[in-house]
Amino acid sequence: MAEDSKVKDAPVAGGTKEAGFLNRFDNPWLNWKFLSGTGILGFMFLLIFLGYQLWDTDLALSARAPLNLPPVGFENWRGQEGIPEHPLGTENSGRDMLALWIVGTPRTIFVGVVAATVGMVVGIVLGFMAGFLGGTFDDVIRLAVDIAITQPSLLYLIVIQAVLGTVDLLTMALLISLFSWATPTRYIRAQVLSMRESGYVQMARLSGVPVRDIMFKEIMPNLLPYLGASYIGNMQGAIISAVGLEVLGFGPQRIPSLGVAIFFAIEAGALFRDMWWWWGIPTVTLSIVFTALLLINLGLDEVANPRLRKAN
Amino acid sequence: MGGISLNYLVRRLLVFFLTLWVAATLIFIIPRLAPGDPIAAMVARLSYQAGFVEDSNAIIEGWKERFGLNDPVYVQYVRFLGGLLQGDLGYSMARFPATVTELVGRALPWTIGLVGVATVIFFVVGNLCGALLAWNRTPRLVKVMIPMSMIFTSIPPLLAGLLLSYTFAFLLGWFPQTYSYGFGMTPALTLEFVLNVIHHGTLPAMAIVLVTFGYWALGMRGMMVTIEGEDYMILAQAKGLKPFYVLYRYMIRNAILPQMTALAVSIGTLVNGVVLVEVIFNYNGMGTLIVTALREQDFGLIQGTAFILITTSALAVLIIDLSYPLIDPRISLEGR
Repeated sequence: MAEDSKVKDAPVAGGTKEAGFLNRFDNPWLNWKFLSGTGILGFMFLLIFLGYQLWDTDLALSARAPLNLPPVGFENWRGQEGIPEHPLGTENSGRDMLALWIVGTPRTIFVGVVAATVGMVVGIVLGFMAGFLGGTFDDVIRLAVDIAITQPSLLYLIVIQAVLGTVDLLTMALLISLFSWATPTRYIRAQVLSMRESGYVQMARLSGVPVRDIMFKEIMPNLLPYLGASYIGNMQGAIISAVGLEVLGFGPQRIPSLGVAIFFAIEAGALFRDMWWWWGIPTVTLSIVFTALLLINLGLDEVANPRLRKAN
Repeated sequence: MGGISLNYLVRRLLVFFLTLWVAATLIFIIPRLAPGDPIAAMVARLSYQAGFVEDSNAIIEGWKERFGLNDPVYVQYVRFLGGLLQGDLGYSMARFPATVTELVGRALPWTIGLVGVATVIFFVVGNLCGALLAWNRTPRLVKVMIPMSMIFTSIPPLLAGLLLSYTFAFLLGWFPQTYSYGFGMTPALTLEFVLNVIHHGTLPAMAIVLVTFGYWALGMRGMMVTIEGEDYMILAQAKGLKPFYVLYRYMIRNAILPQMTALAVSIGTLVNGVVLVEVIFNYNGMGTLIVTALREQDFGLIQGTAFILITTSALAVLIIDLSYPLIDPRISLEGR
């Protein structure tokens, strides 16, 4: 919290006037939320990278290790102690939890990145066109967003997956992206609407700049922090959907991701057998990922919205 | 208070009915887009379980005839929509004599109760925390405590459910691990039963509240900050109004409106979360029902449960949208 006060005190030192000059330390990107969020994710990727170099990731497949071993320093319900060959323990089909973590974590994040990217691209195109062109196109998009945005997407995905059965991660990500365009579209449309009337856009229009260039060269750069925050929010949503589907048993089962590990754990009653490492490691990892994403999201919000900076 | 303008009402109702129509259509189309024949797949499963099924082709034809799958698709579609309008969701395939409506009718009240209570709690607590965070008279201690209590924000309810179930049900044994009331109890309106239901519902509800209220606090704080700069705030202070009165009537009353809109938008996410929390706690609501249906490959029940939950959330959105002009006296939209 000490860093926090340093960062936010900086602009106050330059005078309480909003329009005062920006000093060197007033870089909005250097807020502690954004930095700690990216830091956590960066550290996690470093660990995963090291894991791939130093650990045998084949151990994440079933029947590669003794069953049901606890992490080192703990005992399972049979009185077995953890062994250094499997420092984070193993589960009931003989997967090494450390290898599972190394392999599963990036797979989970992968789904989020793909689904969020597809949803975001669709959202940017629709949002810009609706906000900038207006008219019937805007009406249709607005109606579509109004309908799509309140939908419990998980239920549609369950119906789809009940038909398709288990699918690979890319397919799952693309299915999720079917439901991740509405929020960015709505958000971007609103931003574009407010930008459309501003001076520099009017100027560009009068100068005869093509509409596409106004949208993507004039307005878009100003929206980048907004788009970033929206993208991260989208990613959170996508990972939540993916983990949800996986916990219901729709994930790829041979090489598990974190959600699939939780599914296996619940199915095997790990909660009742006190095998906390089995569901706990994926759960805590996911919680850390979500917290990091939220911090980045809030940090980007502060970049985009100076009022929030003052609020701290 | 004023009324709701015709325009607003029509648009909201349009969105509501379009939502239902889109949902029904998608749920009708999805299984028909899939490769393969669902009836044949079902018979294949039967023969897999029984080893051999005599005259499987005859069975397939019989079922197709029974469910009208030999009719043209548009006839099936119209019949499907007509059935939905009459509340007829067909039969559960796995528990045959039971209809989907019957099974859903038993599960839905539990889910609505759980979501309803959780929503009221996180909305009130979240907005109150947000308001206190931005208010300049809040004690310093409270301003430090609130952000600390928000560390779980952003974790999906599913994971919070796992952590809570392990900590408070398994390790400490304070709360039951599964179901919505004790075994051997019959639902009745007695104090004992109600307390039992509350006891069972606490952890699932907490799983939703703990991870959700932070968002509302953050949103509320953002709104409050905007309001603090308004001219009418200076006027209120100049008039010497009591701080609590200003907080409630001038700040919260104004800041709560966008929060209501946000609540309507978040209903879908909320329902997603509840479905999964129910699975963790084996709570006998819609989430558990749909998972049981998945396990039993009971496609009719999956469709029916999904459709009813989608309808319920659309209805919740409609109610919130329609109550919006009633809360905000400025929007007496009559005649616009």
